[in-house]
Amino acid sequence: MSVSRFWRKIPQRYNLVGTQCTTCGRYFFPPRSLCPDCRRSGKIVDHKFNGEGTVVTYTVVRSASDQFENTTPYVLAVVQLDEGPRLTTQIACPPGEAKIGMRVKSVFRRVAADGESGTIHYGTKFVPSE
Amino acid sequence: MRDVAIIGVGCTEFGEHWGTSFRDLFVKAGTLALEDAGVTGENLDALYVGNMSAGRFVEQEHIGALIADYAGLATNHVASTRVEAACASGGLAFRQAVIAVASGMEDIVVAAGVEKMTDVGTGASVDMLASAADREWEGFAGATFPGLYAMIATDYMHRYPLTREQLAEVAVKNHENGAKNPIAQFRNRITVDTVLNSSLVADPLRLFDCSPITDGAAAVVVVPLERAREFTDSPVKVLASAQASDTIALHDRRDISTLDATVAAGRGAFSQAGLTHKDIDMLEVHDCFTIAEICAIEDLGFCKKGEAGRLTAEGTTALGGEIPVNTSGGLKACGHPVGATGIKQIYEIVSQLRGEAGARQVDAEIGMAHNVGGTGATVVVHILGA
Repeated sequence: MSVSRFWRKIPQRYNLVGTQCTTCGRYFFPPRSLCPDCRRSGKIVDHKFNGEGTVVTYTVVRSASDQFENTTPYVLAVVQLDEGPRLTTQIACPPGEAKIGMRVKSVFRRVAADGESGTIHYGTKFVPSE
Repeated sequence: MRDVAIIGVGCTEFGEHWGTSFRDLFVKAGTLALEDAGVTGENLDALYVGNMSAGRFVEQEHIGALIADYAGLATNHVASTRVEAACASGGLAFRQAVIAVASGMEDIVVAAGVEKMTDVGTGASVDMLASAADREWEGFAGATFPGLYAMIATDYMHRYPLTREQLAEVAVKNHENGAKNPIAQFRNRITVDTVLNSSLVADPLRLFDCSPITDGAAAVVVVPLERAREFTDSPVKVLASAQASDTIALHDRRDISTLDATVAAGRGAFSQAGLTHKDIDMLEVHDCFTIAEICAIEDLGFCKKGEAGRLTAEGTTALGGEIPVNTSGGLKACGHPVGATGIKQIYEIVSQLRGEAGARQVDAEIGMAHNVGGTGATVVVHILGA
């Protein structure tokens, strides 16, 4: 991912900043700039999520793209934040420990790097919270 | 709107074509289709070419013009358009050709699909295929394509009584069919143990749950039904062409284990054709992973949610079964050159309806093709009739 492409979403990636439609109250992470329900009558504002959620589904990735090959095996999951939206993320836990329904909380972690001399991509992962 | 018919089909062997280039693959499939249709290149009004990622696989964009040129049609100035919807590019190219002919704008049209995947390494392919999902919010976190479908499988197996062995039966059945298909990438039979003993790719999916990386091309020729008899005694009618979208990311779906776009496109196709499930004699579905075939059979409405694994293990979807699924070997055994797959599905159904499928021939007059882009963000469904 290019530097500018990564850089422009730093608040979202580092601090779990998504959006909310204040017309209907729905939260979005990943952030959306158009509410699918209210469309043009929706009003979108930034919202920082509290970072607590539940594992909806997961896998253990054992064969990855070049960028993640040094990280395997890793737990990849869909997490539902307590405010409602779902996101795809890694759970920083041993592969055998991931479970559907597991409570998790967000943490700041190194996610990947563009080769040995490229940008290091930091972002949000989750860890078990109970 | 005019009725549309297929008058010719062609397909290369699917596999690792180290000695064949992107353009040569297309030219071979196109030539076979035109020969089969009995039309010459100068009679063509338009080409629609499904291709997912030539830009990254062979660093070539502007595929429409390249294809027209190397098919010998540049000086005819034929209209040539590339169509992209990830792994549904082929099905969507076919749909564009059907719409063009149905509308009356064009008469003799080629729908094709081509992908040359083996010119890059496996790690690079995995990364390119991940671009069919949401790069910013799935790929960034380390989501691979097998990883996303594995998360569907985890959710599905948590909620429905699907066993690991039943999932393996999908691959066993598709290899059995592939063994009878001269164009298939894998023509070897496997057992449930082969699947269960293969290496884990993304739990619970193993290597033999996954479709391979493949080079290949396929092409079909469509014309108005009223003109089809000028070219062939055995035209195949396009009875329905439906397309649906859903969220690009798996995490935003209403239900992780249901492809709502499959449900919508399937219903749309049945409604257009005025047919019901019992009218369909065979299915080519998008089994990029074994779990995808299970979901497809259910989401198209051929059985209730949670039943497709048991039906597969019982042989209902095998060649001699009640509703044969993936007689070609599917993406699993026939291979999955992503942009070509949707056209290969049409090729297989036409071969079956014409009675030309050899050792894998089934008794069929009506077939359905189901082509998925990404994890279900685009779905294209066609119904064809003899």
